Amino acid sequence: MHLKVNGDVHDVDAPDHWTLLEVLRYRLGLTGSKQGCDKGDCGACTVLVDGEPMISCLILAREAEGREIVTIEGLWPLHLARGGEGPDPVQDAFDRYGALQCGFCQSGMILSARALLDRTPSPTDEEIARALSGNLCRCTGYTQILQAVQSIVARARGVEPPRRSWEAANVGRQAGER
Amino acid sequence: MLRLPRFELRQPTSLGEAVTLLREEGAGAMVMAGGTDLLPNMKHELFTPRVVVSLGRVPELRGITRDPDGTLVVGAMARIAEIASSESVRKQAPALAQAAGLVAGPQLRRAGTIGGNVLLDTRCQYYNQSYFWRSALGFCLKKDGVVCHVVAGGSRCVAAASADCAPALMTLGAVLEIVGANGHRTVAIDEFWLGDGIVNRRLAVGEILVAIRIPPTPPGHRGAYGKLRERGSIDFPLLGVACRLDVGDGDRVEHGDLVLTALAARPKRIPQAASRLVSTRLGTEEFRAAIDELGALAHRQCHTLANVPGDQEWRREMIPVYVRRTLQAAAAGNGPVHHV
Ligand SMILES: Cc1cc2nc3c(=O)[nH]c(=O)nc-3n(C[C@H](O)[C@H](O)[C@H](O)COP(=O)(O)OP(=O)(O)OC[C@H]3O[C@@H](n4cnc5c(N)ncnc54)[C@H](O)[C@@H]3O)c2cc1C
Ligand code: SF4
Ligand code: FES
Ligand code: FES
Repeated sequence: MHLKVNGDVHDVDAPDHWTLLEVLRYRLGLTGSKQGCDKGDCGACTVLVDGEPMISCLILAREAEGREIVTIEGLWPLHLARGGEGPDPVQDAFDRYGALQCGFCQSGMILSARALLDRTPSPTDEEIARALSGNLCRCTGYTQILQAVQSIVARARGVEPPRRSWEAANVGRQAGER
Repeated sequence: MLRLPRFELRQPTSLGEAVTLLREEGAGAMVMAGGTDLLPNMKHELFTPRVVVSLGRVPELRGITRDPDGTLVVGAMARIAEIASSESVRKQAPALAQAAGLVAGPQLRRAGTIGGNVLLDTRCQYYNQSYFWRSALGFCLKKDGVVCHVVAGGSRCVAAASADCAPALMTLGAVLEIVGANGHRTVAIDEFWLGDGIVNRRLAVGEILVAIRIPPTPPGHRGAYGKLRERGSIDFPLLGVACRLDVGDGDRVEHGDLVLTALAARPKRIPQAASRLVSTRLGTEEFRAAIDELGALAHRQCHTLANVPGDQEWRREMIPVYVRRTLQAAAAGNGPVHHV
């Protein structure tokens, strides 16, 4: 079968019962898409299919033929190809805001956020939460993840981005409030 | 890792080709729409078809159109996300749009279809588990075993109808269009269900659901869906409540309906809803009394079982609460009723 992943067409040999996630990880070596629950619950396997976040553990690889697939590995190169600098702004914001602990949910979270911002450059907080509601994180408590995405929106609107949680803590300590 | 059992995938590109393929393959084949129910079930070895026939490339099953008489024709392969955001569905069938908007999470709503939702396999916490898990418990009646773990000594499976869209479609008087090797038939969705948790629907081997027809609703039509679930996203219903209020002159109810799901093998209508609601006026004490009474009636008529996870008593006590809130939301032209 032929799969278009991150802009390249790959000629892949895999049996009919392999999922897109399995082909990405075990044929193409793209292990950034995580195999969590493997049954649709967690969103760790989220990839973009024709620009929309989809659950790759519940799509047969052969059903993805003819579609444009983007995985986390493709995000930075894609950003550069579009004339951007450095990593994709969502990746950068996740880094700056510490929007991860173990990192298992991160590739899916970032791709869901990327697709939202491509569709809606200035989403409300509720739209952000809804767009990420199919991606579970067992570590962060979500606050930093939401703040990371909010910071990109704030920058686009030219307003003050949310303060990072540890900065808030430092301010408190300096003021001798603790 | 949960691997799929081996099968051969077929991808017909027309409805005729799909029907022929299914006739040739017989009981060894299964239909796949979005695959969001079929594939996890196959990973759990609940189904091990030799052939999977994907409807993904069949153009005849797509889209949402309107017939000249106002009937909304929703193709079986219309995606759940498409239904939730369709202006025509929101206007003509608000309960359906609301229910669709609460199915699973955003990624699965893009993949899952309305046809697959209506035909969703019944669910049970002792059934939707891996082969290893089920084998450790000695299996059950619905698959590979001889006992029921929900009803001790029970001889019938009571796995729960769990599709959010089905009760909404019942309040809308939807009609299913089905095609098979023997031709075309239509069936009212109310007549489609069986009370058996093992297979709860009348669909013969090789038949394909083509479309769902939703008759026009009057200008005063209101509807809402209420869903109780563990988390605000992803989870299947612990309880689903769909209701309908057709409101005429002077805010008087001319037609009403109430259907609950995630209880037993088929969605359950509260038969007194129509007579109790009709001719009451929205916003009056009389209307409030009617919905209170319907909440109490639903509480009496509906029993929660350990087929669905969670605290059964709590789910039962939530029945009157969700019945009342969902009817109130419909009356106010709001909804859905949902905890986030
Ligand atoms: C994590 C998770 C959460 C979920 N949460 C919900 C939820 O909250 N509410 C809910 O209602 N559902 C939920 N679902 C189930 C599922 O995603 C939806 O019900 C979806 O609409 C099913 O549609 P599908 O196209 O993917 O069905 P499929 O899996 O393709 O098919 C389901 C069944 O219907 C048959 N079938 C499908 N289409 C046809 C057709 N046209 N003709 C004949 N047979 C057909 C298949 O053979 C199969 O038996 C959830 C699933 C997962 C994995
Ligand atoms: S109700 Fe549950 S445990 Fe009982 S037979 Fe059905 S699936 Fe098995
Ligand atoms: S691994 Fe696909 S949803 Fe969890
Ligand atoms: S950082 Fe661990 S799952 Fe999200």
